[in-house]
Order: sequence, then C-alpha cells, then structure tokens
Amino acid sequence: MLTPPVPTPFNLHHMPPKSGSAWPDRIYDVFVRERIRQVAYVPDAGHSRLIERCQADHRMKVVVLTTEEEGIGVLAGAWLGGDRGALLMQSSGVGNCINMLSLATVCRFPLLMLVTMRGEWGEFNPWQIPMGHGTPPILEQAGVLVYRLSAPEAAEETVEAAARIVFNGDRAAAVLISQRVIGAKSFK
Amino acid sequence: MRKSTRAATPSLERRAVMRALVSDRDDDLLVVPGLGSTNYDLAATGDHPLNFYLWGAMGAAAMIGLGLALAQPRKRVLVVTGDGEMLMGMGGLATVAVQQPRNLAIAVIDNERYAETGLQRTHTAYGVDLAGIATAAGFESAHTIRSERELAAAVPLLRGAPGPVFAAIKVRPDRPPFVLPEKDGVEIKNRFRRALLGAI
Repeated sequence: MLTPPVPTPFNLHHMPPKSGSAWPDRIYDVFVRERIRQVAYVPDAGHSRLIERCQADHRMKVVVLTTEEEGIGVLAGAWLGGDRGALLMQSSGVGNCINMLSLATVCRFPLLMLVTMRGEWGEFNPWQIPMGHGTPPILEQAGVLVYRLSAPEAAEETVEAAARIVFNGDRAAAVLISQRVIGAKSFK
Repeated sequence: MRKSTRAATPSLERRAVMRALVSDRDDDLLVVPGLGSTNYDLAATGDHPLNFYLWGAMGAAAMIGLGLALAQPRKRVLVVTGDGEMLMGMGGLATVAVQQPRNLAIAVIDNERYAETGLQRTHTAYGVDLAGIATAAGFESAHTIRSERELAAAVPLLRGAPGPVFAAIKVRPDRPPFVLPEKDGVEIKNRFRRALLGAI
C-alpha cells in the first residue's frame, strides 16, 4: 500500500469534550479485542486518533475510501474472506450509504459503523444540520441498529456492545458519536 | 455534448468472454460479478459456490472484490462487471490503486450500454476510457480489449499477473437469454463462506 501523508487535525478545542479524551484509544482496544482486521474510512477530525492507531497496527488493513458507500462493499468482501471490519465516517456520509446498506441488510453481513455526528450539538456550519438531523431516523429506516454515544466514558462499552450484536447477530449497527464527545469544530 | 465514438461494432460476444475469463477455474479463484448482465453471464458458465452473485449494490462489485482480496491474499479475486456498474463506482478504482492488492483483477465487459434498462448509451459510448482511468489511478496494468487475440492475451493477466489488473473488454450490445442464479443474499453469502472458510 502507498504511504499517505499524516493529516493535520482541525482545532477541536473550541468546545472541548467534558473528560476522557482517550476515548478513541478505548475504541481501538475494542477493535483489537474483537479481532477487527479491516478498517475502512472517509476521515473525520473526530476519528483521526482512531485512524492513526489502526494504521500503526500491522494486523489491520486500513482502507481510505473516496465515498462512504464503498466501505459497505469492502467490508462485505472482507467478511466473505473471513475478516471482521469496521467503517468510520461522519454523519454527512450516512446519506451516501443509503442504497448500499441494502447489501448489508439483504445478505445480513455484519456491519459495524462508527459515525461521528455533525450538525447537532453546538454546530457552527448550517450545511451540516440537515444530515445531522436526519442521520438517526435514516439509518433506522434502512434497517441499521442505532446506538448513541454521548459521553466519552461510555465509548468502550458502547462500541463493544454494538460489535457483539454485529458479529454474533449478523446485523448492521451504527454507533453515533455525539459532538459532546468529540468537541464541536472551531472555525477560529 | 460529445458525439458517440463507436467506430465499428465489436466482434466479441459477452457470454463467450465470460466463459474465457473463468475457464478451467479451481477453488483458488473467487469471482464477483456486477448486478445485471454480468451476473447472468457468470451463472451461464455454470453455478459455483465461490461466485458471489449480486442482484443489487450497483457500484460495489470492485469494492467487494477489494475487501475479499485483502482478506484472502493467497486466492485470486476476479471482479467481472459491466461498464454501467463500474462507472457508478469509479472512485473505487482510486481506492483499489491505493491498496495495490497483488491478487485482484477487474474485468469490465463493456457493451457501452445500460443493457438492463433498454440499451441506453453509457459514458464509454461517448469515449470515456475506463482503462485510461485505471492506469491514471495507479493500477499495475490496464488494457482495452477489442479482439479474440487480445482477449486470449488478457485472460492469463487477469487470472494470474501481479495486480491490480484492469481490462475493459469491448463486446457487442447483445441481450442473451436470462440465466438466473440464486437470489437469496444470505444463502449466497453463507454458501461462499462455507466453500472458502469451511464455516459460515
């Protein structure tokens, strides 16, 4: 694989998370425990730490996507070949996934999605609001189980619980990570 | 708007192309067709548990092939899809090129038409060059195939050369009789995993 340059995270300190800024590390711990082998993503600043941890882990194949629905195909192929995977995106990417989610639901592929929310808690950019508002009902309408992560302390248990449902139940599930956890993006 | 660029009717026939692509297959070949005509073309070569038939998910065939190739580096993964399906997921060529899977090949059976919906022209009928796009993305090799002779040379590349390999194979815009494979996604998935991994 080609080696990408390391992205520079946006300034996330305008509305800092309450505590537990190591929550991406706890999610990474779950990935290791659950034997996640393929991690596909369209980046979000809120996922940058987790992406870096996965890229540093030689057991994981990390796939950068041009659009989020590609990841649903990649992880279906991964499962066919015996690999467990996870898909990382921000809420605006959920809209790109709608038709492709039928691949996961019709075939009952395990699909673990971690979605960082935009357009809700303290959002500055009005263009993010429609998809942020629509993300939970759209996922549910598409047949995806939806779990909320609103406090950093709950990251590990929430992602672990979702992973168990996904891989033991052959289901698609999304953990929606609140801007209260990530910190709202600052444009200053 | 560009004019349609097709100079002459291609000589290759799609079902014969699919037969050549999967000829003498063994259990080291995993095949992912796109939805629509390539799905039926693959079924017409005979059923196989290591076919992952697609009845939807337009644009995802190459991506399913990528995930499979990364999970099974010792197996050959062959995606055989249509030009319309490939065009919908064209960004996937960039995603494949970044990963550089040595065991992945993508063949596009290119009739320059959306055959399922009434043979409307696709972008390739107006000169969009899928092999050129694959080359520019960074595929190990990419080819446009127009004759029996070129097809005979391309098949061993698609089946065995270090990937990612890409071929756009120009075929006549025929609509051969439907040959419908299994439709139940859970059954297709579980059968594939049982054959490949010994368990679902």
